[in-house]
Amino acid sequence: MNFKALTALALVAGLSAPLAIAGGADDDTMVINGDTELVTKTAAPAHLDGALDELISGWHFRSDETQSLQLDDFDNPGMIFVDQAMDQWNAAEGSEGKACADCHNDPADSMAGVKATYPKWNEEAGEVRTLQMQMNDCRVNQMGAEAWKYDAGAAVNMEAMLSFHSRGMPMNVAIDGPAADMWAQGKELYYTRTGQLELSCANCHEDNYGNYIRADHLSQGQINGFPAYRLKNAKLNGVHSRFKGCVRDTRAETYSPGSAEFIALELYVSSRANGLAVEGPSVRN
Amino acid sequence: MRLTTLTTALVLAAGMAAAETVLPADVAYGEEGVVEMSLTGKPGDAENGRSVFGSKSKGNCVSCHAVEQLADVPFHGEVGPDLSYTGEARSEAELRGIVANAKMTFEGTVMPAFYKTKGYIRPGDAYTGKAGAEPLPPLLSAQDIEDVVAFLLTLKES
Ligand code: HEC
Ligand code: HEC
Repeated sequence: MNFKALTALALVAGLSAPLAIAGGADDDTMVINGDTELVTKTAAPAHLDGALDELISGWHFRSDETQSLQLDDFDNPGMIFVDQAMDQWNAAEGSEGKACADCHNDPADSMAGVKATYPKWNEEAGEVRTLQMQMNDCRVNQMGAEAWKYDAGAAVNMEAMLSFHSRGMPMNVAIDGPAADMWAQGKELYYTRTGQLELSCANCHEDNYGNYIRADHLSQGQINGFPAYRLKNAKLNGVHSRFKGCVRDTRAETYSPGSAEFIALELYVSSRANGLAVEGPSVRN
Repeated sequence: MRLTTLTTALVLAAGMAAAETVLPADVAYGEEGVVEMSLTGKPGDAENGRSVFGSKSKGNCVSCHAVEQLADVPFHGEVGPDLSYTGEARSEAELRGIVANAKMTFEGTVMPAFYKTKGYIRPGDAYTGKAGAEPLPPLLSAQDIEDVVAFLLTLKES
């Protein structure tokens, strides 16, 4: 082996070490539209019992190009759907001939902070409701309109608009009282190793965040950025659809969007983000 | 004459017994999860093992493990240890056991069991998201496992 080859080898060895550690989360700061800084890293809440030291937004694990799309509302492709949802908000529908706007006026006022607290226990109904369940309750019982299909176009658009009006506020999902049982059920699902690959959410997003799995840079699987516009399928993606994809990737039988299991899982995973800023609609690859 | 015939018959029988594939449920895991006996009785083909290791539709081992010798395959994962020297560190029996069912060697590991067909929670039909019926086909065939083991044994400092 000649001297050149040796140097080349040494170079490769020297390079491969920092590349390997280059995993992890980056140190960028999220400033939206040049003026609003969002909390994308924060201390983990006590109910995680030390499972994570720090909460880190999924944004920190994406490439600079993907990240930058989320920093300006004119570049963020998810904003088109926020606009569409504003039309839905103002459109009268159903037997009562009412629009969301008739009861809730301007969403910038009435809906600020709402997204940060969902899923949430509803006392009258005696159930934990996701934001989409609450919207559909309004549609069916207040407007006499049909429920929107779970995690499909109109419902995800509206969820994105509501997220937009809570953007920057810390996630603050309640897990005590009557929601506690469902939270425990969601936690159980989070740690269950499913499918022929026998992998749980925690195996990838708690034990291995920061590591690459093939070309995918594993994040903590946080959902403060949902709905997420994915470059891969060029549309807004709901939380349950994302869960479904991840469960499928363990070679398991999945649950369906809107199922009791995914509602419980959403409650639990949302609570894992308590303290991170609402970011939806985010941009992901 | 007779003796030769007998010997030939014996050798043949032995050869046949060895050539019979060990089923997933019959694999004998020894101490620390080692598997001494070949799963097929046929020597592994390291060249095919290389492709099992690197291709997404087969072992896709590279999604979790980096291997310097596979520089032509893009995107090596970081979930498992670098295996560039595993042929020096591990014996054939150890490697066979680890690939067949790594949980027998590393308790609770995230590495999937490649030669196992039942005992799953919500088993699916491959990557369709639909239910699958146990016994599922193992992730790799017995020969693919022998081949990947043969490939791993070549991973040494050159
Ligand atoms: C085999 C590994 C694996 C498993 C198991 C897994 N995921 Fe994922 N998940 C990924 C990958 C890869 C991505 C895309 C990169 C990233 O954001 O982590 C992802 C992305 C996500 C995202 C999007 C995060 C963002 O910021 O956009 C969420 C949410 C998520 N996963 C939740 C879950 C939940 C809940 C489970 C269990 C039901 C789960 N995952 C199981 C691999 C996995
Ligand atoms: C989902 C991730 C994953 C996949 C896929 C995977 N492994 Fe592993 N592997 C691991 C981890 C993690 C370990 C370390 C064991 C532990 O402590 O959990 C490991 C350990 C090993 C070891 C032992 C290394 C040592 O300590 O000497 C070998 C050999 C190995 N894997 C080979 C393979 C082969 C061959 C395949 C594909 C047929 C494969 N792995 C697929 C995650 C994976």
